[in-house]
Amino acid sequence: MASLVPCPNCGRRPKEEFTIKGAALSRPAAGADAADWFDYVYLRDNPRGAYEEYWHHTSGCRRWLVVSRDTQTHEVAACRDAADGSRLEERA
Amino acid sequence: MTSYRLPKGGLIDRQAPLSFTFDGTPLQGLAGDSLASALLANGQLLVGRSFKYHRPRGILTAGAAEPNALVTIGRGGRTEPNTRATMQELYEGLEAQSQNRWPSLNFDVGALNGLLSPFLGAGFYYKTFMWPAPLWEKLYEPFIRRAAGLGKASYEADPDAYEKSWAHCDLLVIGAGPTGLAAALTAGRAGARVILVDEGSLPGGSLLFDTATIDGKAAADFARDASGELQSMPNLRVMMRTTAFGWYDGNVFGAVERVQKHVRDPVNHVPVERLWRIVARQALLATGAEERPLVFGGNDRPGVMMASAMRAYLNRYGVAPGKATAIFTMNDSGYALARDLEAAGVDVVAIVDSRPSAGVEYHGKARLVREAVVCGTKGRKTISAIEVYRDGRKETIAIDALAMAGGGSPIIHLACHRGGKPVWSPEKAAFLAPEGLKDLAVAGAVAATTGLAACLGEGAAKAQAIVKDLGLSCPPVAIPNVDGDEGADPGRPLWSIPGVKGKAFVDFQNDVNLKDIGLAVREGYSHVELAKRYTTSGMATDQGKLSNVNAIGLIAKARGVSPAEVGTTTFRPFYTPVSFGALTGAHTGHHFQPVRKSPLHDWAKKHGAVFVETGLWYRSSWFPRTGERTWRESVEREVLNVRKNAGLCDVSMLGKIEISGRDAAEFLNRVYCNAFLKLPVGRARYGLMLREDGMIYDDGTTSRLEENRFFMTTTTAYAAGVMNHLEFCAQALWPDLEVRLASITDQWAQMAIAGPKARTILQKVVDEDISDAAFPFLAAKEVSLFGGALHGCLFRISFSGELAYELAVPAGYGESVADALMEAGKDHGIMPYGVETLSVLRIEKGHVTHNEINGTVVPADLGFGKMVSATKPDFIGKAMLQREGLAAPDRPQLVGVVPFNPEQSFRTGSHILAKGAAATLENDQGYVTSSAYSPHIGSTIALALVKNGPDRHGEEVVVWNGLYGESTPARLCNPVFFDPQNERLHV
Repeated sequence: MASLVPCPNCGRRPKEEFTIKGAALSRPAAGADAADWFDYVYLRDNPRGAYEEYWHHTSGCRRWLVVSRDTQTHEVAACRDAADGSRLEERA
Repeated sequence: MTSYRLPKGGLIDRQAPLSFTFDGTPLQGLAGDSLASALLANGQLLVGRSFKYHRPRGILTAGAAEPNALVTIGRGGRTEPNTRATMQELYEGLEAQSQNRWPSLNFDVGALNGLLSPFLGAGFYYKTFMWPAPLWEKLYEPFIRRAAGLGKASYEADPDAYEKSWAHCDLLVIGAGPTGLAAALTAGRAGARVILVDEGSLPGGSLLFDTATIDGKAAADFARDASGELQSMPNLRVMMRTTAFGWYDGNVFGAVERVQKHVRDPVNHVPVERLWRIVARQALLATGAEERPLVFGGNDRPGVMMASAMRAYLNRYGVAPGKATAIFTMNDSGYALARDLEAAGVDVVAIVDSRPSAGVEYHGKARLVREAVVCGTKGRKTISAIEVYRDGRKETIAIDALAMAGGGSPIIHLACHRGGKPVWSPEKAAFLAPEGLKDLAVAGAVAATTGLAACLGEGAAKAQAIVKDLGLSCPPVAIPNVDGDEGADPGRPLWSIPGVKGKAFVDFQNDVNLKDIGLAVREGYSHVELAKRYTTSGMATDQGKLSNVNAIGLIAKARGVSPAEVGTTTFRPFYTPVSFGALTGAHTGHHFQPVRKSPLHDWAKKHGAVFVETGLWYRSSWFPRTGERTWRESVEREVLNVRKNAGLCDVSMLGKIEISGRDAAEFLNRVYCNAFLKLPVGRARYGLMLREDGMIYDDGTTSRLEENRFFMTTTTAYAAGVMNHLEFCAQALWPDLEVRLASITDQWAQMAIAGPKARTILQKVVDEDISDAAFPFLAAKEVSLFGGALHGCLFRISFSGELAYELAVPAGYGESVADALMEAGKDHGIMPYGVETLSVLRIEKGHVTHNEINGTVVPADLGFGKMVSATKPDFIGKAMLQREGLAAPDRPQLVGVVPFNPEQSFRTGSHILAKGAAATLENDQGYVTSSAYSPHIGSTIALALVKNGPDRHGEEVVVWNGLYGESTPARLCNPVFFDPQNERLHV
């Protein structure tokens, strides 16, 4: 009911301010195989435990965030701006 | 009529009488009373009828676990059913009604169910009402719902206010009994920010009825002084009448504060209840223990009460339970009650102790019956005698009140709300909180610690450890000196009682008795979760607070295993019921769904607009004139006038997004399926945005106002969604693109001026030349208005198919500009038009909206196949759009439909069948998406998605609607009904 999400811009904020999109997957390259695209668009893991999701701080800074949370305990392990971190490294 | 108010004693104000009514009878209580204590003081032992058998029921507890004394409080919109009389504070004028009885509490026809009881055991409904299925809905369920039930909710609106709040603290202490007070004092003195919550009206918990002394002070005085000290500390907040109902991740606790539930006339600028979310760095659970009932025959008769409750009524409220009482106990707590009763001058006839010897000395007058049990009770609406069973012999003893002490069950609910399972302790004979909880400690009776001194000490010690963990220094803690501590041997649980006669209730609220549990086990439902559902033990408003552990003990005994092996059902929030009002908070009515008004709302209103709700927006739907009798007449006039003269329509509610930055064009090129990179400055373009699965998401026009600045419009419904989507693309998918997005929907008033005379009218207010040569179709630029008095954006775009413009001006000027345009167009026949007319005009032109863009269509389905860029390396939806199924020839595609008989019409959603085909799923050819009467065509016209539609123009079909029994012969046709060459656009 009351998860607090540690937004990197706004601090710990209640989850009602956020919108969840779902699994934080990397978008395949334009020319990737149909199978990769199918995975990206339709297939989702449903893990019990750690999971990375895109959350939008809709009623806050309006940044898209990657929230790492535990699907079983709802504990939030980490939260970063979607434009930062691993994705930047991938491009580099 | 046996319980009564004692002449002295108790924490009540004898100088402050309060009048109240019960089932309409005027009664009197005192300030400090609960409704339950006031009823008892008036000798009202019978307060309700049971759920299934309609048995007479009385007051069993003095707290939150009460299963029987559920009453309806208040009237009208303030009616509150299922209120526990034990938790309701008395106030002047309180009106209480008993429940589940007809015609009256004393004479209840439903009590006949008791005669049917042999047939109403566990699983009865499942076995009996299996079939025929239709009877469930028509016969069984209405009957059961009428016969078995609790209070009735009001249909009137709740007049009171509610709100939600957040609080933050270093330490949250839940429960202001001895343990909680000691903990809060310790942490508060050390300087920690502490919140202490308790569901009661007075701090103290069991201290309020304990006769021990603490440092020479009466227990209740100690509680009062302690809470006084706490309230004087700036770092400490005491929240009474506040129930912590749930423990959530992030160490957030849900709590509900009953701010004005104890007053007759709530002040309307203060909420009656407040929902709290308390973020605690550390929390201490000091919720105490619940006394367990003993399962003997007739243990539900009014006059039978928990021993601790009897003590609370006696010592806190000055109410004697009867004139001749008996106590049935399996531990030492019964003796403390006996001592208190005798001290108050109440006769104790007998103490029935299941043990061979007690841990305390007893020198009172009561007859002591050891190694004995109460196996049954007698009486009609109240108890008159007990049957004592000893050595295989039964003896009847006349009494008028009975206390039962079945041992304590720690109130561990909150500690189990995050998935931890309770652990059975054979030593403590209790289910304990799971070990190793993060940031939550337990202390006192909830940890099965017994005795007042031990609880005070443990509360202080746990708080001291927490304070040190928080990095604060803690002054040494002085343990108070307790005199008269009952200590207390927890006793051995007494699950089943020999010689039971009559119904022995396990779950009082659901009328589940001993035999039901046995039946469930015999029939294979012995798993604790199955047994709960099969018998309903542990369900409803009290969620088995009194019954669960007894049920588990009985199941364990029947299976010959330890309660550890049976385990508990899952503990979930809420600990006690929370009102919908509190959960809703201030989000009711227009605070839940605010009205969104366009900047042109007042303009439309003064022209007589009829408004329609679209989402939060109020859009002008049509503008009736004198003499017009139906909306159709108004709409036809508006439609004809737009194509003949000119009309003005408010389109401010379209989503508007400004996109700027070095890579803005590249960004648009990736979010739209058609090309935007080379859109010239000063031009608008229709764009289709796809989802990643290839289906169309939204459409709209986007204009390039400067090299790196674009003005995007979206549909009204998807304005917020598109903004979120664009932000996702910009931030998560392509953060390397330099692009900035701003929602500017509310900053601009936007109006469409459409019709052959639109240019003439508009030129009167626009300073720049807007001739076709200077400002051709799809031109878009910032313009000066009224000789430079104002600037706006002008777009030559058309939804109506006419010569048309959309003019955006700063929102605050919207009404003035619309007024000026109406004035400028007065001699040219301008009229306002609404969304109904807009819809007719666009259907005449075959323009699509979200009626057609319904999540199942790709661009080619709507005739936009050629718009999709074949050369762009990537755009959202490109990859998945390649799937062969999305190019299949029999996909439903856009087509027009007209009835053969122009007098006939058809509805949106109707299906298309080939002529002569039966109405089957296999024969379904598609469906109507939009339909309107076109005064230009003189017929109903419709758009439809039909298999292979574009190749079937001219084909005869049937428009079929099974819901309305309609079957209309029609013909498929070109979806553009009016001006197919678009000549009127380019004049």
